[in-house]
Order: sequence, then C-alpha cells, then structure tokens
Amino acid sequence: MPSPTKDMLLDWYRQMVLIREFEETCHQLYQQKRITGVYLHLYSGHEASGVGSMAALRKSDHVITAYRDHGIALILGMDANAVMAEMMGKKTGSSGGKGGSMHLASAAHNFWGGYAIVGGHLPLAAGIALEARYRGKDDVTMTYVGDGATNNGYFHESLNMSAIWDLPVIWIIENNGYGMGTEVSRASGQTELHRKAKAYGIKSFGRVDAQDALAVYKVASKAVEYARDNGPAVIEHVTYRYRGHGVSDKQYDARDDMSAELRQWMDEREPIKILRDHILGKHGDIGDALAEHDEAAKKIVAQAVEFAEASDLPRGRDDLLGNTYVGSQRVYKTPASIGAGID
Amino acid sequence: MAVRNVAMREAIRRALREEMLRDESVFVMGEEVAYWQGTHRVTRGFLEEFGERRVRDTPISEMAIGGVAVGAAMAGLRPVAEFMTINFAFLALDAIVNHAAKVRYFFDGMFKAPLVYRAASGWGNQATASHSHAPEPIFAHFPGIYVGCPSNAMDAYGMLKTAIRDDNPVLFSESIALYPKPGPLPDDDDQDDLLVPIGKGDIKREGNDVTLVAYSRGVDWALQAARALARDGVEAEVVDLRWLRPLDMALVYDSFKKTNRCVIVEESLPMYSFGSEIAALLQENMFDYMDAPIRRVAAEDVPLPYSKEIELLALPNAQKVVDAVKEIL
Ligand SMILES: Cc1ncc(C[n+]2csc(CCOP(=O)(O)OP(=O)(O)O)c2C)c(N)n1
Ligand SMILES: [Mg+2]
Repeated sequence: MPSPTKDMLLDWYRQMVLIREFEETCHQLYQQKRITGVYLHLYSGHEASGVGSMAALRKSDHVITAYRDHGIALILGMDANAVMAEMMGKKTGSSGGKGGSMHLASAAHNFWGGYAIVGGHLPLAAGIALEARYRGKDDVTMTYVGDGATNNGYFHESLNMSAIWDLPVIWIIENNGYGMGTEVSRASGQTELHRKAKAYGIKSFGRVDAQDALAVYKVASKAVEYARDNGPAVIEHVTYRYRGHGVSDKQYDARDDMSAELRQWMDEREPIKILRDHILGKHGDIGDALAEHDEAAKKIVAQAVEFAEASDLPRGRDDLLGNTYVGSQRVYKTPASIGAGID
Repeated sequence: MAVRNVAMREAIRRALREEMLRDESVFVMGEEVAYWQGTHRVTRGFLEEFGERRVRDTPISEMAIGGVAVGAAMAGLRPVAEFMTINFAFLALDAIVNHAAKVRYFFDGMFKAPLVYRAASGWGNQATASHSHAPEPIFAHFPGIYVGCPSNAMDAYGMLKTAIRDDNPVLFSESIALYPKPGPLPDDDDQDDLLVPIGKGDIKREGNDVTLVAYSRGVDWALQAARALARDGVEAEVVDLRWLRPLDMALVYDSFKKTNRCVIVEESLPMYSFGSEIAALLQENMFDYMDAPIRRVAAEDVPLPYSKEIELLALPNAQKVVDAVKEIL
C-alpha cells in the first residue's frame, strides 16, 4: 500500500470538513424546523471512519450503510444539493423526497443506500457481494455497521453466510461506544467487537483508532486487498458520535457524564484536527489549501440549503404512488383490480 | 376520589408499575427500557424503583426479545417485553406467531405463555416507510394470541392490567400519536374496577345514523368526524373495538341494527385489513339490516413516504371519514 500523497490527504481533508459543515448545518436546520421529522442521525465525529476507509476503494466497488448515512453519501461524491434536498423531503432530493435522511442512495456511485432497520442492510451487503463473486468480478462491498447492530440476528447470519461463500465484504464495525443509550459493555458479551469475526472463521483486521484517517486508511487498504481475492474481512473502527444518537432523543445525551465524555473526545481525538496536524507536519508548504477547503465547504453547504429550500415538495397522488412497483403497466388489470400501483 | 387528566403514556406507565408492585413475577425487558428510561418514557423511573433484575435492557436483538419472553413465560414468569416500535416486531414475527401463539396448542395445553408484548405503533411525523406501520391486523391474524389496541388513557390502563394478568400471550399496541393525549384517570392506585375484559369493545359516542367502527388512533378520527357530521345533523355512533382479537362483534351488530350503515376506520393499509374483516362479518351476519354499501377508510395502498405533504395524503384523517359517511347516507 503506497502511503497517501499530499493530494490524497488534502482531498480527505476536503471531504471531512464538508461532512462536518453539512452535518452541523443539518443540526441547526432541524432546530429551526427547516428540516422536520423525527430521525436525523449525524456523522459528526465519525468523519475519519468513512473517509479513511473509503479511500481504499476503487470506483467499481460497492458501499452500503445504515441510517447514519449523510457522510458516506458525501464521501462518494453525491451532490450536496440533492442530499440536502432529500433532508427537506424535496422532489429534487436524491430519493425524490420519499426516503429522507435515513435513505440516501446513488446507483451511479454504487452506493446501495442507507437503511433504517438496524442490521437490515447486512444481508443486502452479502447479496451485493454475491453478485460480484457470481460473475467473477473482484469488486468488494464496503459495509458499515454499528456496534449495537452486531448483536442482532441479521449480523450473525450475514457474516456467517459471507464466510461460507467467500463473499468479498468488508464488514466495518463503527464502534461509537453506544447503540442509542446502551454502551457496548451492556449490550455485547464480546466487547472487542472485531473478535466476533472469529466465530464465523472470518479474518479480522483488528481494532483501529478511527479518529485518525491515516490509520483507518492503512488497515482498510489491507482488508480490501485481502477481500478482493479471498473473502470477507472485519475491521472495528473506534469512534464517537458528536451529536448523540439522533435528534429524536436528547435526554440521555444531555447528561453531565455524557457531555464530559464528549468534550474529552473533541479535545483529544478530533478527527479533522488530527488530519490537519498530520498534513501540516508532513507538508508544511501547502499554503492556504486547508483554509480554501474550509471556505469551499461553507459555500457548498450554503448553496445546498438554498437549492433545497427553493425546490418543490412532491405533491399529489402521482408523486405519492409512483415507484411502488416496477412496470406495473404490464400487470393484468381489470377495471376493478387493485393493489398493482400506478404506471 | 380525584380524577385527573393524564397522558396515555402515563396511564400505561401507571398500569405497568402497579402490576409490577402487585406481582413480582412481572418484569419488563426491551431496548432502552432501563437506563434510557424508555424510548417513549413509559418505563421512566422503573430502573430506579425496581432495579436491574426486573427492568432489563436488551441488546438490539428482537428475535431474542420475542422468544426469550416466551421461554420465561412458559417457565413461570410474566414478561412484559417491549418492542421499541412495532416495526421491529417484524424481526420477531416467528417467535410471536410460531411460539408465543402456539406452545399452548401444539403441546395440547401442557404449557402456557402469559406474556405481553408492548409495541409503539403508527404512522406519521416523517418516520419513513420502514418505521411507519400500524400492522396490528397482521398479529391478529393468528389464533393463540390476543391483540389489544387502546384509544385513550383510561382504556390503556385497564387493558394493559388485564393483559398482564391474563394467562395468554397478548400483543399490546400503543399508538405513538396517542401517547401524549390526555384523558381522565382516577388518582388512586390499583383501580381494579377499571380492568377491561379481554375482547370487550366500547361505544365511545352514541348515534342513530351511521356506525363508525374503529380502534386505537382510528377512534380519534372517528370521533372528530362524528363531531363534524353532527354539525350537519348526522349522528354517528362510534364503536371502539379496543381488541382486534377477540373481536366484540356483538357490539358492532347491535349498533348496525340501529343505523344500518357502517364506515370502518383504521390507520393501517387497506388490503387484507381490519376493515376487510369487519365488512365481511357484517355482510355475512347483518345482510338484512344493510341499507348501503359498507365503506372503509384506511391508509393509501403505498409504503409511507418521508416528504410531509404526500405523507399526509397517504394517511387517513377525519375528513376522509366524513366524506365516506356522506357517500353512503
Ligand atoms: C431492528 C431495529 N431495532 C431497533 C431500532 C431502533 N434503533 C435505531 S438506531 C438504534 C441503535 C443502533 O446502534 P448502533 O448499531 O451502534 O449504530 P449507531 O446509531 O451508534 O451508529 C436503535 C436501537 C431499529 N431501527 N431497528
Ligand atoms: Mg453505535
């Protein structure tokens, strides 16, 4: 694995500040009721986990995640306008306003989506990887899964199946310490989550400090290389959520011990600062490049908000009913037939 | 005795707490029920009062929540297992359908499973397709389990107590939209006279012109519609079935004999639904009393979208009930 070039590092920085700006803006917009609903799970604090690991992928690889999906979408290069419009349920949103925050996806980017049922996307990941194996391609499926989700039946069944069929999935366990209000030690018998790989005969690449994009990238590169030729791999990313579980429940996160813990992570393990320090230490000669990225992120997000707010909401029955089925015009319908969707 | 308005969530909390005080074999388990104080605050304060033995946080392991409750109940405990939302009970469907509902039957009475599954249910607030279901009829499809769906604080209190004390498994569905809704409840603990027998419905409003049959949140829409209709001189009778299994059809028949017209109101999807069932039973048993087609008001036949306007378009509401009534008057 070649060590990342200056340009790569700068690009990671660009991605990370864009995510942070996007997420913190979403947070404000929600406070101001310009984004509505009950679910909005932010990736602030997780940036290096996604950025460092997806840097190990090539274009033809696949990505899938849960509902904490905004950062993943932006890393892949999805248009910030369309992502913000989706937050606001607009027609111009990446899912036409039907999916919202938890259901971003982009077929063009091999991004198979964010999913709202804990663990539900894990067998889908195995299925996507199965297609690659089936057709003799060596593309991998990068799959993000929360610490809490590793205790769900979906996790066990999917990992086991990926093992027996040698499916090229990189199972990235994003261990941010909690599933909602439950710390890992109260939810999982095995608290070193990467060790769960062993139960299925899957190769584990261990536990990584996922506030450090470089460390993440190094391990992910090895795991990707391994998965292409061999089969599934597990990595555990140790990270932290800066904005709690999501907007729908703040009570727990407001506790004093939680804020102290959060402050410590922000002070000592801030992913953007860690990358920034690394870049400056290694490439002191980069001039204003970092500041330019900071500025660009603000602009992109401000524009995205403007775009989203100016966009129309989906309205009327056609917008409501469309895409329930593929090609429902081919279904045999009598005048009285119901349940086939609309054309 | 003082009667106070309390939110439905508070009435459920009181019923559950009192049953735990009354019977030490009753315990609660589920995601975030203990330290987080319950996702919907129904188990607020329970951990402090009853401790970890009886207030058990689980991992995000619905299949096990569903099945552990069955085993514990068979062995002699009285689990009240919470699904954070009813959508997640789909992951436990096998444990519910094949074991909770059947261990009594397939061992020919050797065992019983006195458990309650509590689940927060319903559509709305842009929760998006996979978190937007009111699928009570799915559970009510299966013999061997009862299904309770309260529409207000007092009923919720009495129904949950009955459910916990009953020796059969009960799926107890709590409408998220109704949780904050205040309703009268006596102050004193242990109101045994408020117990609602399993399968007993209730007339929530009397009227002679049309019967509105509903449960849970549908009762709210039906009552709103009834008030609107009254302004036009139409008196609707609102039948709150409260339990989807068993069904108090005598109450519906008696009302229908008087009104000869019926609109069925439900939050869930229209195909193979509560409405289908009630309509079928009415035409089978009340054909001679029928003066108009039976109408059903349900959600649109579509997964629920995120975006607010089309979400509302898909949902039932009081106006849709009023419109349906006017079609058959
Ligand atoms: C099957 C299922 N059960 C419960 C939930 C409610 N829920 C949503 S997110 C979540 C916590 C998940 O924690 P984790 O896997 O650690 O991911 P994180 O949110 O920390 O990224 C829970 C319990 C759900 N969406 N799906
Ligand atoms: Mg987590």
